Amino acid sequence: MVIFDHVTKRYGKRAKENVAVEDVTFSVTKGEFVSLVGKSGAGKSTLLKILIGEEKPTEGRVLFLETDVGKLRAGDLPWHRRRIGTIFQDFQLLEHRTVGENVAFAMEVVGKPTREIKDVVPQALKLVGLEERANRFPREISGGEKQRVAIARALVHNPDLIIADEPTGNLDPVTAWDIIRLLARINNIAGTAVVLATHDKDIVNALKKRVVVMENGKLIRDDKTGRYTL
Amino acid sequence: MRTLIRVIRAGLASFKRNFLLSSATSAILVLSLSVALGVVLFSVVVEGVVTELESKVDVSVYFAQETPESQISEVRRSIERFPEVVDVEYTSRSEALAEFRSRHSGNDVIISALDELEENPLEARLAIRAVDANAYEAIAGFIEGRFGGIVSKVNYRENSAIIERVFAVTSGIRVGGIILGIVLFVITGMVAYNTIRLAIFSLRDEIAVMRLVGASNWYIRGPFVVAGIVNGVIGSALTFGLLYAVVRGVSGPVQQFVPGVDLLAYYQANWVSLLGLIAGLGILTTVFSSAFAIRRYLRI
Repeated sequence: MVIFDHVTKRYGKRAKENVAVEDVTFSVTKGEFVSLVGKSGAGKSTLLKILIGEEKPTEGRVLFLETDVGKLRAGDLPWHRRRIGTIFQDFQLLEHRTVGENVAFAMEVVGKPTREIKDVVPQALKLVGLEERANRFPREISGGEKQRVAIARALVHNPDLIIADEPTGNLDPVTAWDIIRLLARINNIAGTAVVLATHDKDIVNALKKRVVVMENGKLIRDDKTGRYTL
Repeated sequence: MRTLIRVIRAGLASFKRNFLLSSATSAILVLSLSVALGVVLFSVVVEGVVTELESKVDVSVYFAQETPESQISEVRRSIERFPEVVDVEYTSRSEALAEFRSRHSGNDVIISALDELEENPLEARLAIRAVDANAYEAIAGFIEGRFGGIVSKVNYRENSAIIERVFAVTSGIRVGGIILGIVLFVITGMVAYNTIRLAIFSLRDEIAVMRLVGASNWYIRGPFVVAGIVNGVIGSALTFGLLYAVVRGVSGPVQQFVPGVDLLAYYQANWVSLLGLIAGLGILTTVFSSAFAIRRYLRI
């Protein structure tokens, strides 16, 4: 479903030293759960940014469902992004909207009918266990709950793939585990592929799923049911 | 349609959220549009003044005293052949004298001085009116060249100086108004541009989330364009009302000054095109600066 094909990303013009990602090749199949691990600056986030079209690869190409992401025109990017749910470390919620409105916002901006929004939003909130919190504002809920809101928002477009970039970075270990279990459950039940970028050793080791390890922009290991060892 | 309503609603919200700045944009827009509309109305007055002046201007050809009437008729016929000539009026020497006497009937000194003379001192003349001021030059040149022997004077030269001066002054004012208008529109554009930059700044989180969840580019741009249109509409409506009040006030005095010009009637008769003009200008200015600001600052 996702193919990184000899992807290299350099920043600046004559900067050989500014290589964020170098000659990375791997693929993710439908319904797969992949942990993308490595230290900060290893190139994980750059790979994910290339995948959602926020950055273009300097060399190589990224295919998502047979679409060459690097060749998408600016006008086609929104449609590309609707097929991928994205979750970040800092949640990216709108502070002056309630939990329910935050989730609904994702559907509003793509022009979904109001009735459908009223239908789908409670379902998504129920899935992440926040149906009681729909009318709270983000400042009134915990970090773990905020991340659940972000997951609910990522799910409303029924995406083929969820990208989670350090989703547990701001959370305590117990809450972090809740979030990872939620992602694993979505992966199990809905068959949504998940790419989880993280540097949390315990989580990766406990998941017992495929692990892709990056270091200094290069892919150094790809294990089917790997452990996080450097 | 649904999305359009959402975009419009978001645009109105953004206008309200940045109300003070939006008002500044509208206010400066009113200023620029007033100048634009002022230039139009000024042109109407100038047109009136020029028409008035041109209708009063003619070229008088004076003939030497001994010129026989037959020769004058010949000159008249050849002048009338010019397509630009509207009419030619002949005044004989005795008619000119009678006219002169009646004009100065109250002035004993002139009348008694005239009586002292044994002979009629006045000359026969042809008064020529042409379709426009430019034609006089050609007609005057033709007469002087062809009938120089019998013509004592062509008085076009004196009037032409006045006409040219009126043209010079009014076109100077018009050019000045247009330049002032352009400068003000540029300022309006910059104010609108900054309003939108600030609006973008206040909405940067929302915009980041919009991009994240796949909002189309026009959905992100739309609200700013809507806010621009609202600014344009408010600015042009205010200008239209303001100028209407001004025209009501000055129409009377202007009409006394230039009898042919009724500004109020002009405003009332042409309100659709005047309103269209300023609404178009206002909306174009704000919408273009919005679109430009977003292009530069969103990089979507």
